[in-house]
Amino acid sequence: MSMDHGTVWLVIVSLAVGSFLIRFSFLGLIGDRPMPEWVLRHLRYTPVAVLPGLVAPLVLWPAATGGIPDPARLAAALVTLSVGYFSRNVLTAILSGAVTLYGLLFLLG
Amino acid sequence: MTSSNPKRHFFRGAGDALPFVLVIVPFALLFGVVASEAGLNVAEVMGFSVLVIAGAAQFTAVQMMSENAPTVIVILTALAVNMRMAMYSASLTPYLGKAPMWQRALAAYLMVDQAYALSQIKYEMEPDLTVPERVAYYVGSVSPLVPLWFTATYIGAVAGTQIPASFALDFALPITFLAMIAPALRTLAHVAAAVTSVGLALLMAWMPYGSGLLVAAIGAMVVGAQVEVFLARKATR
Repeated sequence: MSMDHGTVWLVIVSLAVGSFLIRFSFLGLIGDRPMPEWVLRHLRYTPVAVLPGLVAPLVLWPAATGGIPDPARLAAALVTLSVGYFSRNVLTAILSGAVTLYGLLFLLG
Repeated sequence: MTSSNPKRHFFRGAGDALPFVLVIVPFALLFGVVASEAGLNVAEVMGFSVLVIAGAAQFTAVQMMSENAPTVIVILTALAVNMRMAMYSASLTPYLGKAPMWQRALAAYLMVDQAYALSQIKYEMEPDLTVPERVAYYVGSVSPLVPLWFTATYIGAVAGTQIPASFALDFALPITFLAMIAPALRTLAHVAAAVTSVGLALLMAWMPYGSGLLVAAIGAMVVGAQVEVFLARKATR
């Protein structure tokens, strides 16, 4: 796949500046003034609000199989999620998911 | 009585962060591989890891670019992933707010989940730390992580293009993200936000240019916050 390199650098520089400003915001500019509780309450949920929505279509309709649901990938996703939830360990979850995926891809051909 | 000793706290921070090396290295390797498979050259892959230093946002941006989403949507969605850092920034401010400006800027550039989590706990448990000691601990905690983040990204980027398609690397990203989400489902409010995010993203998949994900994310944040308020009210009753 080819990407337009000007666009890629535009994304990189925008994310670099934007991420720095987000990180610097309170520490650098706002100082000790407290943030409204309702803002904090929404910020708490940003990772669990963005990442599951990003992943869901990739799990259900993988591009590698032309958008057709794939048993190996579905099972790997379920295993990763359950192991991650109960072990609270990111690395264990990734490894379990990878083993499930490769095991089933091998078995199912 | 201990006198101010920033150097000692630097090494404490470094030691406390060591276990996270096991998470950082595979994650950075994977980013290098996935990004170069998506068509980025080594300079661009390194540009992401050095200038942005935010794994989840980097993965999000590369994924959306390879789906040909418009640049503005790519940037907005990846920044949305990073909005949690505003919360980190706010909660570190009472402890680091009196450090010199250049040190606060450095702390902002180096702000990663692990350093934030370690430092926040440390500052709460040892309220007598001086500001230089706190800065030293913080910088110490990123010292084993950030250089390895750069190095492992580079190795992944160089190795990436030589990995054959039969390795099903397309699924490395979903697995990694699911592994990060699962332990974060600590409360009913987090679960509600995640379920809303999935439901809305699938329902809004028809929306052009990946904008459905932004709608899903905003909806999920509101649901998470509302459930939290509801549960808190029920608990005080």
